[in-house]
Amino acid sequence: MSESIALPLPAQHSRIAGATSESPLVKSLLIGTALIFLAVFLFLPVLAVFYEAFKKGAAVYFAALVEPDAWSAIKLTLLIAAIAVPLNLVFGVAAAWAIAKFDFRGKQLLITLIDLPFSVSPVMAGLIYVLIFGAQGWLGPWLSEHDVKVIFALPGIVLATVFITFPFVARELIPLMQAQGNEEEEAAIVLGASGWRTFWHVTLPNIKWGLLYGVILCNARAMGEFGAVSVVSGHIRGLTNTMPLHVEILYNEYNFAAAFAVASLLALLALVTLVLKSIVEWKTRESVSDLSPEPVQK
Amino acid sequence: MSISVRNIAKRFGDFVALDNVSLDFPSGELTALLGPSGCGKTTLLRIIAGLEVADGGSVLLDGEDASSQSVRERQVGFVFQHYALFRHMTVFENVAFGLTVKPRAERPGKAQIAHKVHELLKLVQLDWLADRYPSQLSGGQRQRIALARALAVEPKVLLLDEPFGALDAKVRKELRRWLRRLHDELHVTSIFVTHDQEEALEVADRVVVMNHGHVEQEGSPQDVYDNPASPFVYGFLGSVNLFHGRVHGDTLKVGGHELELDAHTLAPGDPAIGFARPHELDIRRPGEGLADGLPARVLRVLPLGASVRLELALADDGQIIEAEIGRSRLRELALTEGETVLVLPASVRVFPAPAAADKAVQPR
Amino acid sequence: MPLLLRRHSVLPGFNLALGCTLLYLGLIVLIPLSAAFIKTASLSWPAFWETVTSPRVVASYRLSFGASALAAAINAVFGLIVAWVLVRYTFPGKKVIDALVDLPFALPTAVAGVALTAIYAGNGWIGQILEPLGIKVAFTPLGVLVALTFIGLPFVVRTVQPVLEDVEREAEEAAASLGASRLQTFLRVILPAILPALTTGFALAFARALGEYGSVIFIAGNVPMVSEITPLLIITKLEQYDYVGATAIAVVMLVTSFVLLLAINLLQRWAGKRGAKGQ
Repeated sequence: MSESIALPLPAQHSRIAGATSESPLVKSLLIGTALIFLAVFLFLPVLAVFYEAFKKGAAVYFAALVEPDAWSAIKLTLLIAAIAVPLNLVFGVAAAWAIAKFDFRGKQLLITLIDLPFSVSPVMAGLIYVLIFGAQGWLGPWLSEHDVKVIFALPGIVLATVFITFPFVARELIPLMQAQGNEEEEAAIVLGASGWRTFWHVTLPNIKWGLLYGVILCNARAMGEFGAVSVVSGHIRGLTNTMPLHVEILYNEYNFAAAFAVASLLALLALVTLVLKSIVEWKTRESVSDLSPEPVQK
Repeated sequence: MSISVRNIAKRFGDFVALDNVSLDFPSGELTALLGPSGCGKTTLLRIIAGLEVADGGSVLLDGEDASSQSVRERQVGFVFQHYALFRHMTVFENVAFGLTVKPRAERPGKAQIAHKVHELLKLVQLDWLADRYPSQLSGGQRQRIALARALAVEPKVLLLDEPFGALDAKVRKELRRWLRRLHDELHVTSIFVTHDQEEALEVADRVVVMNHGHVEQEGSPQDVYDNPASPFVYGFLGSVNLFHGRVHGDTLKVGGHELELDAHTLAPGDPAIGFARPHELDIRRPGEGLADGLPARVLRVLPLGASVRLELALADDGQIIEAEIGRSRLRELALTEGETVLVLPASVRVFPAPAAADKAVQPR
Repeated sequence: MPLLLRRHSVLPGFNLALGCTLLYLGLIVLIPLSAAFIKTASLSWPAFWETVTSPRVVASYRLSFGASALAAAINAVFGLIVAWVLVRYTFPGKKVIDALVDLPFALPTAVAGVALTAIYAGNGWIGQILEPLGIKVAFTPLGVLVALTFIGLPFVVRTVQPVLEDVEREAEEAAASLGASRLQTFLRVILPAILPALTTGFALAFARALGEYGSVIFIAGNVPMVSEITPLLIITKLEQYDYVGATAIAVVMLVTSFVLLLAINLLQRWAGKRGAKGQ
């Protein structure tokens, strides 16, 4: 029951306020250092993308985007995200349900395995599918006999993308669902609701923001993945080129304006992702504070 | 070392935490700052320590103005409600901290520090916990370690912010007694903040009652309990019954009845409130004796240990009052619930009854 | 031995959910990953050793590990400062800056790569300042360092930030009341409390940097023995249809990542025990 309220102290008292804060000089030095570091490493690159994209004028910019190869890269990227994100969404919910709502042997191991794709190099993620589905891979001969193309085709790109974005949804949901506990679901079941109804009407409303958060991050990565997709795509213009790969091709052809035009779309996607993420974070905080009737004791 | 505060003012935005507070804390005494939460007591303690800066006024340590000294220079020991032990340090390292951060020239040697720490741990009777981490201790043990840590730097003043506030009732009682004993041994000028009137009355040499950022009363525990200076103090220190009426000479006219008053300075005819504690009320059967009393209906008879608590409703306005009488008196009266009796206060103290004072009182 | 530890859960769907999870995990992650190990096993030990220790490969390890460690160290220092500033101080634009810290998570690596190259090339915004001073960033190992620093920044900030928010103000006040200077309070009270998080952030940034490909290849110049990172070498081998060689190097990287991951987990468990808040 302490009635003190922490407030910034007036500047003239800085000498005494030294108890738990720094002198104004140290403070501005630290803020300055942080801002310069962030400016050089984070903000300048994003600015540079848009600057380079529009350097030769808006006409060149839009021409680069509607060019057939760029357009097909955009469509392919959207298609891949449209397949990979729902897959990982369903998986993420199933994994979170099993892990958060039940106690079983090997749970910790399962969590570690789900995190695995985060610690694997994207290059490796592409490589392993080449080893299985590639021309010299395990299934390569059988696939070519039946005229199925996986590597250097859409299925391979989807697989690599799914691998890379595998943990995003599950990772957001597991801690959230663990924190929320089982009581509400148990109450619904006791009241006679079926399992599916319980999930739709009790669990889903509780986790919707976390779910959205996971989907946003998953989508951003799915659309932007470069390393893994680069290994399995074969870089066939107009066919297996995703947007990031198209940026690379244009860049290596010294077609900088076009490369940065396509890159600017991806940068825009990143910025939109950050905005959505902030909104969702804010919403989650709101729903979490709604959840706990009493203030959490520190 | 004596402590004085002069005209201390502090506001947080629109909220006035301290309103021109002046107090003296004599050397070697244990003073309790008592008040409800939000009354400014913790803020005052933190200003004395130098953890908070006052908007105006000064803090004098041994008569010298310390207002511009930082908390490091004031040499005060501060004990926090939630212990604030360093989690990643052992008990030993926690207690030794204040000695090891001294400038090289003043820092005692390793052996000296070890000796001192063990002495302090013995003093708080937790010598055997030296190698534990705070997370392995109980709340009471943690607070004793926090106290040992504060004492290690030989502070001239010991400031304790709700030191027992986070502990459960039993440990709290134990630690109270222990703190009193420790103070008798060390005689360091000490101030502790509490919202628990029983704690303040039991432990302190002197009690300062605070409310809404100003001092309501200061004095010995006996004094503030027996002679409350304001309706607020009356209400805050124990249960009290209120009688609304008008002053009429040496009596308070309540409804059609008159209550005899203690000495007062109110003018005749003034609206006033009479205060009497439950144990100051006598209960008579109608017709018994000559004195006039307030008729009231007995609602409940609650035997509580050695005494009996009566809940009564005044016949005039239905106001509920509480009385406390001895068991033998109850036997004499042979009361039954529902019958009407006369309530006769042995001692009534009056305060003027403006609307504001009326609300400030929270009968307990 | 029952799989489910708490037998009488009223909630349905355990078998379905766990079944789906394991099936999907197996198909997408575990079986393909094991392919890499099985492929490597087809190499004899001396051949494996020769592949993974050939001079060009060793040079790439040196660059990848060295630059990753250095980038993670830079991020540990500046990430801590950024986290500190974001937690402790208020200044205009703080919320926007806080949100933008996640940019390296959201920005596709290829975009980061071309953007950093554009800035640090000789005619770029920063490149033209540094070039006259004799500092070449783009197309040198220094460029690799810049890209890896960009990639790793959010890891340190985002692991340290919540822990720093949690540091008890009262503990700092206690230190001050015991006579500690602000620097002493930071070094002896605050830093030990956030050190596990800082180390975790460092390890995460390091692990991420080791495997990074997209943002590096544009700025690195990719000169064999000088500015060629290990992931690029794997792709080069793959393009030459040297599947076994590529896989062998990849496995070395993978095992390193696992060891790191394990170390992180152990570290967190240890920190959790020692810094426990108790009741």
